[in-house]
Amino acid sequence: MEGIVIDGLVRVFKGGIRAVDGIDLEVAPGEIYGFLGPNGAGKSTTVLVLTTLLPPTAGRATVAGFDVASAGPQVRARIGAALQEAALDQFLTGREHMELQGGLHGLSKAARRARGDELLARVGLTEAADRKVGGYSGGMKRRLDLALALVHRPSILFLDEPTTGLDPQSRSALWEEVARLAADEGVTVFLTTQYLEEADVLADRVGIIDRGRLVAEGTPEALKAELGRSTVEIVPAEPERRAAFADLLARFGEPAAAAPRAVAVMLDDPTDGLAELIRALDAEGLRAASLEVHQPTLDDVFLQKTGRHLEGASTEGAAAEPEAVPAR
Amino acid sequence: MSQIGWVARRSVRRTLRQPALIVPTIVFPLFLLAVNASGLAAATKLPGFPTDNYLSFALSVSFMQGALFAATTAGAELATDIETGFLNRLSLTPLRGVAILVGQLAGAVLVSLLASLVYLAVGLIAGANLAAGAGGAVVLLALAVLIGVAFGGLGLLMALRTGSAEAVQGLFPLMFVVFFLSSLNLPRNLIETDWFRTVATYNPVSYLVEGIRSLVISGWDGEALALGFGMAAGIAVLSFAGAASALRTRLTRT
Repeated sequence: MEGIVIDGLVRVFKGGIRAVDGIDLEVAPGEIYGFLGPNGAGKSTTVLVLTTLLPPTAGRATVAGFDVASAGPQVRARIGAALQEAALDQFLTGREHMELQGGLHGLSKAARRARGDELLARVGLTEAADRKVGGYSGGMKRRLDLALALVHRPSILFLDEPTTGLDPQSRSALWEEVARLAADEGVTVFLTTQYLEEADVLADRVGIIDRGRLVAEGTPEALKAELGRSTVEIVPAEPERRAAFADLLARFGEPAAAAPRAVAVMLDDPTDGLAELIRALDAEGLRAASLEVHQPTLDDVFLQKTGRHLEGASTEGAAAEPEAVPAR
Repeated sequence: MSQIGWVARRSVRRTLRQPALIVPTIVFPLFLLAVNASGLAAATKLPGFPTDNYLSFALSVSFMQGALFAATTAGAELATDIETGFLNRLSLTPLRGVAILVGQLAGAVLVSLLASLVYLAVGLIAGANLAAGAGGAVVLLALAVLIGVAFGGLGLLMALRTGSAEAVQGLFPLMFVVFFLSSLNLPRNLIETDWFRTVATYNPVSYLVEGIRSLVISGWDGEALALGFGMAAGIAVLSFAGAASALRTRLTRT
């Protein structure tokens, strides 16, 4: 079984917009790969190319061992995809969707029924199976979308922002199912997201994309460990002694951004720095109203690589992904 | 079931679950028929008017209007699939492009057939004569459905070119103008304005209308039927060829 190999992938839209600008990456079979980036970074365009819905302008990509540009039918037979905005027919029921999808994939009547029932049960839609999709909640639609992508037992699953707009409960239910698919069935998952938490919780490895380029890649832990250092943020109990706090903290590392009444430091010594800092505060008689330790996040990684925060970062004026994509 | 069968089944289900697509297709042309039949009956007194029963003359208008409704239905349904991304979902299956086009028309064909049956029944009950008899009714329904398919192809073409259900709805007034510039409301030999008569003569819609009308008014008129079926088939072939080409452009799947 083979995963995904992308080599120098470029996709240019009309007007010279380079939505994907030379991406190289590999996803191993059975791996969950999180493709993290702000809106318009090139995530969805990459997925459209990998799912054969959009030809690449340059570069090469193979999915399950087949070239996406020259072996579209073979790729499509091996992949499942839940693209942005669950594309469902509001006038059909959940079960009718499963039937249609199974039928178009050439499943026999018995196989269609069995697989449909199994998947509907797995995503918790058995009771709602005979209701029209127009009455489903956003979470139910996403779950049905996932079930539809799995009808023909694909070895590779593409999920384009699968939890955008979902409530926390629906989001964690979907995460559980995706994690189970990879762990129990060995399905390779390529997941795009703009949620740090999603990439952190779900992905074995994360690729951070910005303006069509991969700016960082690794396990979430490794990426955060690259930054390595924790930040300590203290609110002094006596606001007039803020300067004394700042002087003391400067002995333990570089000053860091903090809330207006607080002071913060990025510790030079991630192992013993915190204990030494607390002892020093005690020795100097500096009393803290609160003390918080922040571990590095993927947002810190994004900030370090791009100079911007991920949350709220848009690619305005940059190589934003055009709205118009084929067949949409 | 074939790929076309799966897409057609979905199209029919969708259509039957949207009364707003079916009811106006049936009611609106009947309403116009009632108004025209009562208001324009004096037209039969014109020298050379082909029948003394205006209802029989006007009945063909309903079939044309029904076909037009069916066309916009087919186009708008496909445009909605493009807008919602459902076409992308279909594209990720082994579905062939031709199955999308043909299957997608099934709902519109069903509406066209249902509506035609109602027009015919109401027309006969209200006093229209069907000169070609029972066999003529079957041929009339076949021609009406073929016209629905031909116009449906135009709807699909429009949907694929624009990707917008609103744009497809824009086909409706445009086609009404084309209808107006045909022999829909008056036989060509009675149109006195030269340019109008010339436009109506070159307008394929005239031959579609005259094909239907011949069965109702004259009986079996081989030439009118050949022209009617020929024009409908021609429009169907051209519109489907255009739609297939537009589908290839829109579906850039590898």
